Amino acid sequence: MGKVLMKGNEVIAEAAVTADCKYFFGYPITPQSELVAYMAQRLPEVGGLFLQAESEVAAINMVYGASSAGVRVMTSSSSPGFSLKQEGISFLVGSQLPAVVVNIMRGGPGLGNIQPAQSDYFQVTKGGGHGDYHVPVLAPSTLQEIVDLIQDAFYIADSYRTPVIILGDGMLGQMMEPVEFRKKEYPPLPKKDWATTGTVGDGAPKTITSLDLNAETLEKRNIELQKKTDSMAIHEVRYEEQMMEDAETVIVAYGTVARIAMNAIKKAREDGIKVGLIRPISLWPFPEKPFLESREKVKRYLCVEMSAGQMIEDVRLAVNGHTPVDFFGRNGGIVPTQEEIYEQIVRKHGGVQHANSL
Amino acid sequence: MMHELIIAGFGGQGVMSMGQWLTSAGMKEGKYVTWLPSYGPEQRGGTANVSVVISDDPVGSPVVTKPMITVVLNNPSFDKFEPKVKPGGYLFINSSLVERTSKRTDIEVVEIPATEIANELGNTKVANSVILGSLLENTHLLSEQTLRDTIVDSLSGKNDLVQLNLAAFEEGKGYSNMVNA
Repeated sequence: MGKVLMKGNEVIAEAAVTADCKYFFGYPITPQSELVAYMAQRLPEVGGLFLQAESEVAAINMVYGASSAGVRVMTSSSSPGFSLKQEGISFLVGSQLPAVVVNIMRGGPGLGNIQPAQSDYFQVTKGGGHGDYHVPVLAPSTLQEIVDLIQDAFYIADSYRTPVIILGDGMLGQMMEPVEFRKKEYPPLPKKDWATTGTVGDGAPKTITSLDLNAETLEKRNIELQKKTDSMAIHEVRYEEQMMEDAETVIVAYGTVARIAMNAIKKAREDGIKVGLIRPISLWPFPEKPFLESREKVKRYLCVEMSAGQMIEDVRLAVNGHTPVDFFGRNGGIVPTQEEIYEQIVRKHGGVQHANSL
Repeated sequence: MMHELIIAGFGGQGVMSMGQWLTSAGMKEGKYVTWLPSYGPEQRGGTANVSVVISDDPVGSPVVTKPMITVVLNNPSFDKFEPKVKPGGYLFINSSLVERTSKRTDIEVVEIPATEIANELGNTKVANSVILGSLLENTHLLSEQTLRDTIVDSLSGKNDLVQLNLAAFEEGKGYSNMVNA
């Protein structure tokens, strides 16, 4: 199959089909409605099932049901709708159920607007729902990367029996770019012998629940969950570095913002300013390695986000006081421009002789 | 080479599909391309616009803030984007609907009565193809043949529309940068 020109939301949907996802439950909300619409048409063609739920709460609980039966299942929403799914995500974690949950972020808080934002970082990386948990969060920055990361997300979900979040912003959902749907190969997965598919004289009935009224056994379960968390924190780290060899200033950005930052970095390099980029791809687990490797060498980090400053907390933890960490952000649906980011780079750098050639 | 474009007009003028044709044609020529619509709650009769990037290298920002090539199909689009055209860039104006004229001397301005030409051809909706003809003739952004093929492919099965759009495209080619030339 050659390259096709598609919208980001549609790419997410088709990538899920490529990953053999057969079930989708969702509720439309801008700017990710194309994803829901695409699934409605596409899943019946591959022998799957699409169902539009009456609400986001219903959708995530349908995901819980389908996952309990051992099938690959996905749901998607945008910020306000994604908030409604938090209880369900906590239940999926507690019951150790795999699923892929997509959040195409828009401006908030509350209903906010329908423009792109990255202000749900705290929510997806620090829990979001109740209880002690982390789930893997993958943040693609190009449409081709979506194809790979969606397949990875389903594999991680099944490997660890955990929900996995795909985080993008409205820009990523709405833009078009050529993509190729290459099916990735993965090592074999363990059999889903825990799935509630009906008893056929093959042993005791199976139960899937997050309820445990006994404190001792619930603590044990939590310890098991934390072991899994520790394992994911080691094995599921993903990031990209650009022009870090001699960088003095390092931009830290994820998703579409990293792309915009790259234009500013190239411009700064033309003006002789040594700038590099660290782009976290897994937001949880947050990639500490590139910071441990660079924090003694570089002069400063500049975290750029479409938020009031959320990922910067993880950057500061990784840098651990060794180097100053500055912030530049726009929010409420405003996208930072390459010119603004360039200006920030120049200002932090202490000016440049040809800084007026914007 | 990297080309950054903004195409703006009101809903129904074919702004998005014009952008899609250029993006698809760029892809066909093996370029890196992005297409990003303004999908916000636009005012009725205001501007809908699309950012297109066509590049020899992987595209960073899909957001275009200072376009090299700008197309404006109505007054609000002119007001919003005329000041943003990069010096040395192109501004294509649908002079049938845009009542302003650009006073900028650092850009190439091309005025095309696209809506009138489209109406003469029998369908007001092909004004976008008229502009596209002029855009390609002036900028040589992509090969004419690739763009024609793209139009044909995207309207497959609708022969009348294909012929109409190709005729509009031909008409547009006659309009070059007459204002500053």
